[in-house]
Amino acid sequence: MAKNKTANVEFAPRGISDEKVSAVQKGVDLPVATKSKHKDMGLSDADLKAMYEQMYLQRRFEERAMQQYQKGKFGGFLHLYIGQEAVSTGTVFALNDDDDIITAYRDHGWGLCRGISANAGMAELFGKGAGSSRGKGGSMHFANVEQHFWGGYGIVGGHIPIGGGLAFANKYEQNGRISTCFFGDGAVDQGALHETFNIAQLWGLPAIFVVENNGYSMGTAAKRHTVAEIVDRAKGYGMKSAVINGMDVFSVYEKMKEITDDVRKNSEPWFVEIRTYRYRGHSMSDPQKYRTKEELEEYQKIDPIERLKTYMLDYKVATGSAIKKIEDKIEQEILDAVEFADNAEFPKPEELYEDMFVEDNPYFHT
Amino acid sequence: MAVLQFREAIKAAIDEEMARDEKVLVMGEEVAEYNGAYKTTEGLLSKYGYKRVIDTPISELGFAGIGVGAAMNGLRPIVEFMTFNFAVLAADQIINHASKVKYMTGGQIDCPIVFRGPNASAGQLGATHSVSYDSMYAHFPGLKVIYTSEPDDAKGLLKSAIRDDNPVLFMESEQMYGLKGEVSEQEDYIIPIGKGKVKREGRHVTLVAHGKMYHLAVQAANQLAKDGVECEIIDPRTVKPLDLPLIIESIKKTNRCVVIDEAHPFGGLAAEIGFLIQREAFDYLDAPVLRVTLPDVCAPFAKNLFDLWYPSVKQVVDAVNQVTYRN
Repeated sequence: MAKNKTANVEFAPRGISDEKVSAVQKGVDLPVATKSKHKDMGLSDADLKAMYEQMYLQRRFEERAMQQYQKGKFGGFLHLYIGQEAVSTGTVFALNDDDDIITAYRDHGWGLCRGISANAGMAELFGKGAGSSRGKGGSMHFANVEQHFWGGYGIVGGHIPIGGGLAFANKYEQNGRISTCFFGDGAVDQGALHETFNIAQLWGLPAIFVVENNGYSMGTAAKRHTVAEIVDRAKGYGMKSAVINGMDVFSVYEKMKEITDDVRKNSEPWFVEIRTYRYRGHSMSDPQKYRTKEELEEYQKIDPIERLKTYMLDYKVATGSAIKKIEDKIEQEILDAVEFADNAEFPKPEELYEDMFVEDNPYFHT
Repeated sequence: MAVLQFREAIKAAIDEEMARDEKVLVMGEEVAEYNGAYKTTEGLLSKYGYKRVIDTPISELGFAGIGVGAAMNGLRPIVEFMTFNFAVLAADQIINHASKVKYMTGGQIDCPIVFRGPNASAGQLGATHSVSYDSMYAHFPGLKVIYTSEPDDAKGLLKSAIRDDNPVLFMESEQMYGLKGEVSEQEDYIIPIGKGKVKREGRHVTLVAHGKMYHLAVQAANQLAKDGVECEIIDPRTVKPLDLPLIIESIKKTNRCVVIDEAHPFGGLAAEIGFLIQREAFDYLDAPVLRVTLPDVCAPFAKNLFDLWYPSVKQVVDAVNQVTYRN
């Protein structure tokens, strides 16, 4: 006999529209930040200033980019990394310069900390020939292969096997490099991740797979799109794993340093969940109805850039005026970049047909 | 010339390229310890070892993507699919990544990878094991697509594909692996990608056929020859880049054309060639271009239905009779 039909059938768990509790909903629960001081981790005062400069560069670059987008200076998508700068910065300081990085479409910060100049980055956003990808890639496809940044990729999860492939080649060549592959929490639901994890563990690929869990897969809260703790995916593959507080650059640096040493030594992959928060919407057209203003404010209170600044002042790493000097320098660099991008030439019409093939006069079907 | 089976020609091409360049490797399901599902990699594991001949799990998306990443990072992987029907699971890596990564990074990244394996129907295997994918992949900019019909072409073109600095799809056939043919013994035998071949000369009608359909065209031509109809057979060998000048030159001579393609009719190679002929040789045509393809129907299992579904010699003969106004 058939069961009685219930009154309501629901599938995806409900979001904030159904929250009856008064406490602020949190996109992610942050683990406790490291207590280590910079010198304990082998970071010099100069390193900290460089970290601060890098994070501030990423932040101001995107804030200015957003303004330019709103002014209609360029089109396409614009996914901002604001709030997540400690992840890229802490990681890049932990890696060797020739270790490989590949990421998803929220890629500006990664490009900037792997050598894309503010000029070349802004010009890419504007779709200019002087852009880092010659105006062919746009916001989602920053890349600087010379400095081992393999680019941002726009198919969610599609670059995860490629990250494994970068590691495969490093192991094949025994060149001592490791590869790191970053993606958002939405990508953990893709089959590509699971196929890659299995192969990476089976073949001992020197790769670190990192989910930058910012709590939202576009507009869907993590608890609404995925089951269990994300990091526990690693267990099914017998893979080493860690959870890191991504709002604290020291925490990211310290743990990623330890993990990179392990990967380099043992040639075994890791799955790392770095919990973080994006302040802006998924892209520029996001009304952000899936979260509250209060939630956003909670995270802005623990802003990674402010946190580093406070530390630098408290521990007399830099004076207020020295920090101001860094900020002013970056501010000018970004303003110059906007001007540079605005004045730069669009790619020439004949460039439409360039960069498709390696050979000089390739065949194009007509 | 040496007589080789198709599978031996493929193996020879891979072997020679692996010997020549240490960056060449082969990965796929059953390629190593099993010696290849269709024995196209037989003996390579014992010769090159586990570093360069790699068994993968059944994870087409995963290992195709690992191949793409490895190619981007300096290696030259040959990724074998047990059939291109399974490569559909890896289509994201082929279509969205291998073909586009150079362009979208402004030329910073090369992706020298070969995706290879059998294509199209192999008899009564039902709907999901019987599809011809060459035209579909040829649709996408940035990919080169080869589907050869004879061992000699396979050897020369696979060597070219492995050396090519761009992503190349190289298609074979389960039903042709045992086919024997003369293969050049020339040292380092290379056939350039994009060059078709006139495989039979004739003056009455041009048959364009590649892959398994080439052999159907030969049978039809033999039958028609008894009636005094001389067919010229052109095997494009490479689907993209397509050797259009070779086809047009032939049409200017015969003024009639039948395209035989193992794909479904909509938007396939036959449709494309038909369009190109009307554009390039309209004034030379004495009859509309006809095509023999699969119907717009999935592959059936039942033998009688399968025989109805699969292109036949009779269909080719009928089409030739129609364009030569002999019926």
